[in-house]
Amino acid sequence: MSAREKSWKEIAPAGVCSRTSTTFLTGDWKTYMPVRDLEKCTRCLLCVLFCPDGAIHWKQEKSDIEFDYNFCKGCGICANECPTKAITMKVE
Amino acid sequence: MEMAKQEWKFTTKDIAEKPDLFLSGHRACAGCVPTTVLRLIMKALRGPTIVTQATGCMEVVSSIYPYTSWAVPWLHTAFETAAANASGIEAALKALKRKGRLKHEHVDVIAIAGDGGTYDIGFQALSGAVERGHDFLFVLYDNEAYMNTGIQRSGGTPKGAATTTSPAGTAIPGKLEYKKPIADIMVAHEIPYVATASPYYWRDLLEKVRKGLEVEGPAFLHVLAPCPRGWRSDQAKSIEYSRLAVETCVFPLWEAVNGQYQLSVASKLIALAPQKKRPVTDYLQGQGRFRHLFSPQNKHLLEDFQRITDERWRRLLAKCGVSAKP
Repeated sequence: MSAREKSWKEIAPAGVCSRTSTTFLTGDWKTYMPVRDLEKCTRCLLCVLFCPDGAIHWKQEKSDIEFDYNFCKGCGICANECPTKAITMKVE
Repeated sequence: MEMAKQEWKFTTKDIAEKPDLFLSGHRACAGCVPTTVLRLIMKALRGPTIVTQATGCMEVVSSIYPYTSWAVPWLHTAFETAAANASGIEAALKALKRKGRLKHEHVDVIAIAGDGGTYDIGFQALSGAVERGHDFLFVLYDNEAYMNTGIQRSGGTPKGAATTTSPAGTAIPGKLEYKKPIADIMVAHEIPYVATASPYYWRDLLEKVRKGLEVEGPAFLHVLAPCPRGWRSDQAKSIEYSRLAVETCVFPLWEAVNGQYQLSVASKLIALAPQKKRPVTDYLQGQGRFRHLFSPQNKHLLEDFQRITDERWRRLLAKCGVSAKP
């Protein structure tokens, strides 16, 4: 993004959204953050699928999952759905 | 378009590895299941796709100017027009193809709307679009009220639920009318594919999305999407409610291919072993919008909720050709 704000003549007409929302970090909304017990986690990947914010990524090269705290809103769905209860919600 | 009609097989890892087409950074509330539904749906695409959306929570949170959460071509116009947009897009694609100007062999069209944009406001457009036989998939994410504007009752709100326009109090005990059986109404339109899905049974959901895209002609998918703000429930438990709705048979999973009803696995297991069917109180408990049903003077409402659930379950079993056991 340029330092100067674009004028109305330069922006996309009719309110076309032009920036990807991945540049808008929603991670600061959270009160609780998920913490994972590496021993208990079986890498079933259910949390990756159920996360409403896409904030849990499957890293193929590490064959492990990774939380993206930039987007996690701390809802706790991952902790609630974890079959082995490997995720706990801690105050940030 | 001819495409190999082989069954789509996938593992959890395949789905987890697929890049999101509904991106992070959207402004939905914490614990919002409709966004989970959209993420999952966008992982079931088979090729180039255009998404069109009616006004609703998911349209608002994903496109707050100048940000967009969509990594596919996406169009929003007005509240009632999801299906009308989809028919226009489909007709335009057909015309481009006829003139040889379409680069792709086939482009799928998905229309997404909430329960307000489907049950009430968008219904005539939907009914017309499926009657004209446009080839598109209509996804209804049903959070059972107008959550976007502050939890007003819709045609999809179940009886007894407290909303801001049907508040539970001394005058009325929540909404007075039953939930409209929208999926059955769509089957009555004699369209090739109608299904219900729940995000907890994500594999079932993905398969149904793919089937809906593959079928020639209109397809309708009804997905239950719990909303922790509007349901006054614990945000961590929203996916759990999508499971309980199926286990209590409040929201059974089925599909109707060319009008032939068929139970999906999760509900079929309950039909075969009726002792697994849980009482509706398991589902209603913990939801603030149903809290008043548990007070002694509203006991009859709770019984009525169980009665209509059993009644609809029995009717569904009859349609699926499964004999109802006590």
